[in-house]
Amino acid sequence: MRFAFSDEQDQLRRALRRALDDAGGVAAARRAMASEVGHDAALWRVLGRDLGLAGLLAPEALGGAGLGWVEVVAVMEELGAVVAAVPFFATVALAGAALQVAADDAQRRALWPTLARGDATATVAYLAPGADPGADVVGAAARAVDGGHLLSGTLRAVVDGATADLVLVAATDAAGDVALYAVAGDAAGLTRRRVSTMDQTRALAELTLDDVRVAATARLAAGGRDVVARVLDLARIALAAEQLGGAQRCLDLAVDYAKVRHQFGRPIGSFQAVQHACADMFVAVESARSAAYHAGWAADQDLPALAEVAAATSAFCGDAFFRVAGDTIQVHGGIGFTWEHDAHLYFKRARASRALLGAPASQRERVAHHLGLGVEATATAMATAPGT
Amino acid sequence: MDLRFSADDEAFRAEVRGWLDTQLAGEFRHLRGQGGPGHEHEHLDGRRAWERVLGAAGWIGLGWPRAAGGQGASLLRQVIFHEEYARARGPGRLGHIGEHLLGPTVAAFGTDAQRARVLPPIARGEALWCQGYSEPGAGSDLAGVQTRAELVGRQWRITGQKIWTSHAHIADACFVLCRTDPASSRHQGLSYLLVPMRQAGVTVRPIQQLTGTSEFCEVFFDDARTDADQVVGEIGGGWRVAMATLTFERGASTLGQQIGFAAELDAIIAAARARGADRDAVIRQRLADAWIGLQVMRWNALRMLAHGERGELPREALMTKLSWATWHRTLGELAMDVLGPDAEVTDGAPYQLTTLQQTFLFSRADTIYAGSNEIQKNIIATRALGLPRGA
Ligand SMILES: Cc1cc2nc3c(=O)[nH]c(=O)nc-3n(C[C@H](O)[C@H](O)[C@H](O)COP(=O)(O)OP(=O)(O)OC[C@H]3O[C@@H](n4cnc5c(N)ncnc54)[C@H](O)[C@@H]3O)c2cc1C
Repeated sequence: MRFAFSDEQDQLRRALRRALDDAGGVAAARRAMASEVGHDAALWRVLGRDLGLAGLLAPEALGGAGLGWVEVVAVMEELGAVVAAVPFFATVALAGAALQVAADDAQRRALWPTLARGDATATVAYLAPGADPGADVVGAAARAVDGGHLLSGTLRAVVDGATADLVLVAATDAAGDVALYAVAGDAAGLTRRRVSTMDQTRALAELTLDDVRVAATARLAAGGRDVVARVLDLARIALAAEQLGGAQRCLDLAVDYAKVRHQFGRPIGSFQAVQHACADMFVAVESARSAAYHAGWAADQDLPALAEVAAATSAFCGDAFFRVAGDTIQVHGGIGFTWEHDAHLYFKRARASRALLGAPASQRERVAHHLGLGVEATATAMATAPGT
Repeated sequence: MDLRFSADDEAFRAEVRGWLDTQLAGEFRHLRGQGGPGHEHEHLDGRRAWERVLGAAGWIGLGWPRAAGGQGASLLRQVIFHEEYARARGPGRLGHIGEHLLGPTVAAFGTDAQRARVLPPIARGEALWCQGYSEPGAGSDLAGVQTRAELVGRQWRITGQKIWTSHAHIADACFVLCRTDPASSRHQGLSYLLVPMRQAGVTVRPIQQLTGTSEFCEVFFDDARTDADQVVGEIGGGWRVAMATLTFERGASTLGQQIGFAAELDAIIAAARARGADRDAVIRQRLADAWIGLQVMRWNALRMLAHGERGELPREALMTKLSWATWHRTLGELAMDVLGPDAEVTDGAPYQLTTLQQTFLFSRADTIYAGSNEIQKNIIATRALGLPRGA
């Protein structure tokens, strides 16, 4: 048994950390926040191309590194630590998962090499207006036409959606089947609008598709019925690792500050109320670590129980990061409430992340369903059957 | 990253499982699931006999070093044994304190003579021990121990009072933390004495717990005796030894307990479904949360174990006690809410609690003994996070 990263994985992590430090750490995210595109394209060139992160999941034959979800977890943890604003999550975790589980060989050959080289970015769009991101995916509407499909509908909360060169659009066809459709970012009939968001470190967009025409070969449906659910579960695991990275950095900030800030003639970290808050944060962070690392391993093993693992990990890490980030502001007092201090970047990221792919409550509902609880009552409300 | 058990470990698991299934099918069948927390008073004779069967088969002292007569089994194997024991619903262990608290302590700090005298009877499942730490004036603040011992000739003479001593009424002997230097205070001048319980100077008075049963006792030492060579570690150096015992208590033996917890959670889930309590979305959320918490404890335990295979447990292991105690106490509360009005109804008079009532009531103790939640948080804050000690 080994519950730790290999030397190669640690090396990758160290190289990434160095590159992020060189870019200024959180300062890079602040620059990206103020930018038009909402992410740091220059940093992404370094990470995606020079470090090879763009091709992390892609098979070697397609120009990638042929690595797995354990590596994705390590990378996301590091990115989360500095709330990095780069299109790794969208391009590698979301779109990479889609190519991994939903694309056939020809589609992979057609779509993956450009992404793997870092020459293009991609994302997945799946959330219809009014839908719960943790529940059944409906997406847009797909209509089969001669030699292809027409896609229509509005999709929200699309990560890096305004800039992605490739959008994998979830859509339901007339038969009720959900699949992903590869749509070029500049396709005719596709309108993209970046949404102004409270968390400025992750750019979200709203996409409107008005009879966007794609070829028959653009339909990614190799993985069967629940393929979109599986893609989202893999992405949830990646996101959980990012939440872990953010939570750990918050705890570090809080503990470091509690050691140096003096009130009543002593460090605030000697007050038991502060100590116990930090101890609770420690338990949350270390537990999130076990959950995220385990989930990365489970994803690579392709375990039948992956849906439950992803739901549990997502709920736990989503709650953990949000609570830890909130307590970090509290431990800092007034300075923690300023724009200048980094605490709010984590707090807002934590808030946004916990809703992005389904709130903890909806993930718990999936778990309840798996446990056979409330099955009659909520059969139609359930997201995905476990054991996909 | 590889979270599977090795083929060897799986073979060991199969061996343990096979053995337990056979043993618990025959003469000890009626002991399955008996004598756990809150049922400590049940089937004492049968469980004593069972300890001997465990001992004869070599299952006691699995983790003790070979030099001390143990098997030197890895932490992982010890946990596998605990898990299979829980899965088989093996009877509540009367020998737990001797095997898991005193045994490793004597193996680490005892003289050769002490190892030879103390360990084999524990390993045979014969000697039952109790832990004499807490006193009326010294609970969380154990360094406030007042019980005194004085060396007169070739014997220690012990006077004082212990309290909350689990199993004192059935134990053969007690490891007693006491003050051997009358001029000392706090952590200095304490010694760790091994004291026979069946003697004129020892009086045991069981204390009725909120479960209605008596698992712990008051123990009065009034000029009680033990031989001069019954000190574990240095005379006056008992604090270090006592702390080592606490590490054993909080560490390895709790890493495998998720299997037993899973059985409790399953019973509550089954009750919720049977009663339709799961139509309530809040109950569903809480049950799912309990399940998630259990998985996370499992993943934590695997991580600690994998790390432990390569030496000491990591600093994250400091959260183990706090995590499981809090989880279990919350589970007890959930069990009652799932039962609704029926939560009140016992199995019978005078005070026959149902299993779920036992879980609910006994789990209040989990966050108190072996270092309360507050003490655990103090430990995490100062030792894991390096925060300055409080004023
Ligand atoms: C079921 C059960 C079995 C037990 N078995 C044994 C046994 O076999 N042998 C044995 O020696 N003892 C045993 N104990 C005793 C147990 O170890 C003590 O109860 C425990 O150490 C707490 O001490 P106390 O009861 O004196 O409470 P106190 O120490 O008085 O604590 C009261 C409250 O104050 C809090 N508190 C105390 N100090 C601090 C602090 N520094 N910071 C913040 N909060 C603090 C505590 O967390 C608690 O909430 C057992 C207890 C129980 C409940």
